[in-house]
Amino acid sequence: MAGRKLQKSFTGEGLVCRRGERLVFQGVAFALAPGGALLLGGPNGSGKTSLLRLMAGLAPPEQGAIAWDGAAIAEDPAAHRARLHYIGHQEAVKLALTAEENLAFWTQMRGASDAIETALRRVRLDARATWPARYLSAGERKRLGLARLLASAAALWLLDEPTTSLDAESTEVLLTAIAEHRHAGGCVAIATHAPLPLPSAQHLSLTGHTTWRQA
Amino acid sequence: MNGFAALLTRDLRLAFRQGGDVANVVAFFALAVILFPFGVGPDPDLLARIAAGVLWVTALLAALLSLERLFDADFQDGSLEALSLMPVPLEIQVLAKCAAHWLTTGLPLTIIAPLLALVLHFDAAGYPALIAALLLGTPVLSLIGAIGAALTLGARRAGVLLSLLVLPLYIPVLIFGVAASEAAALGLESRPHLLLLAALLAGSLALAPWATAAALRQALE
Repeated sequence: MAGRKLQKSFTGEGLVCRRGERLVFQGVAFALAPGGALLLGGPNGSGKTSLLRLMAGLAPPEQGAIAWDGAAIAEDPAAHRARLHYIGHQEAVKLALTAEENLAFWTQMRGASDAIETALRRVRLDARATWPARYLSAGERKRLGLARLLASAAALWLLDEPTTSLDAESTEVLLTAIAEHRHAGGCVAIATHAPLPLPSAQHLSLTGHTTWRQA
Repeated sequence: MNGFAALLTRDLRLAFRQGGDVANVVAFFALAVILFPFGVGPDPDLLARIAAGVLWVTALLAALLSLERLFDADFQDGSLEALSLMPVPLEIQVLAKCAAHWLTTGLPLTIIAPLLALVLHFDAAGYPALIAALLLGTPVLSLIGAIGAALTLGARRAGVLLSLLVLPLYIPVLIFGVAASEAAALGLESRPHLLLLAALLAGSLALAPWATAAALRQALE
């Protein structure tokens, strides 16, 4: 597989995204090599979340193609889902379950289960593992969501505003986790307004010039 | 199957922690049935004649009551989006959620129905058929209801829309469910009706998860 190494592993070309009548962006392209990081910038409503959703396969692009190792992700959605972590701006935390139960659930859904304690310790929630999530603060719920990244492995991380409501120490934990993930050959795409110090990251700025379809 | 068990366990755990949902459905069912003797009068013959119909119609409405919440909570807190990105196929997840819904509505309704049948002077010979019909019919209510719940996800006044969509689809279950229970009470053969209910269950087990998953993907797009 030596030849594969040179190939870009996660690519998108000529992407057009339409939400309803609104053309969110067009002509967007990206290419991420193993270990690569992509920072999505741009004003509110410029389509950062929409692009992450296209990358995750939650919605098909109006035009253009997204491919993993040269194979379109739409060809085998199940394989694509198995290789990605998508953390949206909602934490997907159930308030009636404890922190540990929440994390264990998402990890079991991905077919893993042993790294839960380690993941909780790394996001500094181990002392609150048995608390119902409704007693956690906004930042702690965010950390619980991010713990999913650490509890099971996936080659591609798609993070939507991961640093919102995180304190400095937790942001540092996240940056370390991203660095380890990239070192192991993983890719990461992050939509963010905060300037994240990621070494040799690519920047993709969405201009926010959206247009309405003429009736 | 690991994902199926994980989701089923989570939904059951949530149902028991939040408690109220199961109790509400059962209480609604019991209260609505008990209203009938007040409404039509205490004549035992009349009550016995309408008993099967009353039990089934009320069970339909009670099941409908809890359907709105089936996907809505997961939709609101981002869990549904995350679930749709799990390696476990969405169809299997829908089956797990329907199983949890049946265990927390259909099964309690089936358990309490014989007690309420007593209030309505339902003929003793009809009980085994009534229970068998409810055991076969209530899972169909959960499965068909899931399609409606997924289609109305995110809509305003989803509850009303849901009833309009789902209640007409419940008619076959109602017809064969009542027919099975009444046939037995009248000393006739209830097996053909039960077999038809089983066929409805088999059909909706095979088809409803696909339709529901497709509707959920549409809602998430």
